[in-house]
This record gives sequence, structure tokens and C-alpha cells, in this order.
Amino acid sequence: MEGSVVLITGTRKGIGRFLAEHYVRRGAQVVGCSRSEPDWTLERYRHFCVDVTDEAGVRKMMTAIGKEFGRLDVLINNAGIASMNHVLLTPAATAERIFATNMQGVFLLCREAAKLMQRRRYGRIVNISTVAVPLRLEGEALYAASKSAVVTFTQILAREVAAYGITANVVAPTPIETDLIRNVPREKIDAIVERLAIKRLGRFEDVANVIDFFIQPESDYITGQVITLGGVG
Amino acid sequence: MQTTTVKLDRDTVVQVILSALRDVLESQGVEELPALDETTRLIGRSAVLDSMGLVTLIVEVEQRLEADYDLVVVLADDRAMSQTRSPFLSVATLADYVMQLAAEQA
Repeated sequence: MEGSVVLITGTRKGIGRFLAEHYVRRGAQVVGCSRSEPDWTLERYRHFCVDVTDEAGVRKMMTAIGKEFGRLDVLINNAGIASMNHVLLTPAATAERIFATNMQGVFLLCREAAKLMQRRRYGRIVNISTVAVPLRLEGEALYAASKSAVVTFTQILAREVAAYGITANVVAPTPIETDLIRNVPREKIDAIVERLAIKRLGRFEDVANVIDFFIQPESDYITGQVITLGGVG
Repeated sequence: MQTTTVKLDRDTVVQVILSALRDVLESQGVEELPALDETTRLIGRSAVLDSMGLVTLIVEVEQRLEADYDLVVVLADDRAMSQTRSPFLSVATLADYVMQLAAEQA
């Protein structure tokens, strides 16, 4: 990955931070973003305070990447929010917020990243879905619906940007010990794990492994695909 | 970083579009370039580009405006593929559209 420029959204904590460290270790120049500053720094890591739903902010970040590094090889759309609730108790504002970050944010990042990537006729885009989609998890209707939208969006995007040498794929993780599931009762998590073929929580490394595969140059004939962890699907 | 702000008038925008159009056509392997001017159609039966070529042209124009003139605009529009109302119908309508977006920003 020496010399590659990798952009990861939502790097302040959790899996985004893990991925930033992972790709810096592998020799990449990593660019990350989140709404607020992270409390950590890293060599060959550049942070932007950007809300992924802010069109002008996203565009500005992409301009800066173009000017500073002259290229963008990989985009990992990790930023995402969840909200566990019964449909009948979910406020409209929550639904809007979830779709804005999880879907509109992904769209804006993909659109602007692809413009930069097409200059060199090369790019790798990886978006994140969830097992909540194939498992139809109750209590996650809005979250899963937004991630379902990400899958369809990615599959069509993959066809539209193929001519530019850009691939777009999806990894769908199982629950992982992160803030995203902090407020979900233990027995609920255990019940989800019971429905997996491989009965354990996911690890950051499991997600990184699939992303490594999608973004390697040799994966130029793989696009529009979804790899679901844990044996679901 | 030193940035040079060059005043952007409509003629300049037309030149940016025509130069990008020439490059896109050449990159598509078009050997004999047609005569290109403001009336050149970008959409429809008499268009000089296919739909993918149009997308590449729009992205190219956007990037050149930003790199050479510090003008950051998003050339996106719901009417993009309309054969009657698209701002991308011809070199002239595209130039008008860029000028309109630039004026909105000023």
C-alpha cells in the first residue's frame, strides 16, 4: 500500500480508528474525517473535521486531498449511526438523521471521491452494510433500511464507475464490540450471535480482512459485491 | 500555497469547456475532431459524445474550473439527461449554467 492514499470516514473512534491505524501500518497515507477532532494522532495520518452530510464540506476536503496528495486510491465509507427502536416509537427526526449520515453521506463521499479517482483511472470504494439487513433484525428497521439502501446504491454505482477503473463493494459486519451496540441489551446481542453460522462477535480484524481483499489491485475484476461476515446470507 | 484568482468571464468558460471537450474526444480515440464551438450539442442525436463521455466532460470541466480558476461548483442537475431542458444540452447552455452557479456563489 506504499504510496497509496486511503480516505476513511468516521475515524475518531471504533473501527474507523482501527482501520486508520491498520492502513498507516501498511504504508498508506491515510486521510480521515469525523465531525470533531480525534484525541489521537498518527504519522502519515491527516484529519479533516467534516460532517459527511455537508456537501460543501465534503467537496472542500476532496479538493484539499487532490491538492495535497494528488490522488485518491481508496475510499472506505465507515461513518455511520444506528438507532435501536421499535418502528412505532421512532421519531421522524431520527429517521432523517439515520438516512442523512448512512445514505446521503455515502453518496456524497462516493460522488466526490470518484471524480478524483477517475483522473488516474483507478479507485477502490468500500461501503459498510450490516447483518441486520439479511437477518431482518427487529428494532433496527430504520438502520437496516438505510444500510440496505447503501447496498443497492453501491451495486449500481459499481456499474456506473466501472469504465473509470473504479470498483465499489460492500462488507456487512456482524455486531462488533463498539459504541454502536453499547446500548443494546446483552441478551439481544447473544440472540443475534446464535443466528450466525460462526457463533462469536465480530472483530475489527474481520472487517479489515475483507476490505484488504476488496482494495488490493488484483481485485480489479470484483465489483458490486457484498461480503457478509459470520456466515450469514 | 499561492493561489491566483483569474477573473472568469463567459468566453473563458466556453474555452475551458471546448478544451475539455477536445481532450475527452481524443481520449475516446476520436481521430478527426469535428468543428467545436458554442453550438456543439452535448446531448441528443447530434451530440458529439455518448452519455459516458458527457459525464467525463462534466467532471473534467468541474475540475479545471477548480484547479485553474479557484471556482468550486458542483455541476449536477436533476435535468441532466433531459433532451430539452438539460443545462448540459450544448456548450453554450453549459457555459450559461457555470456562469449562473458562479454568480450564485459571488
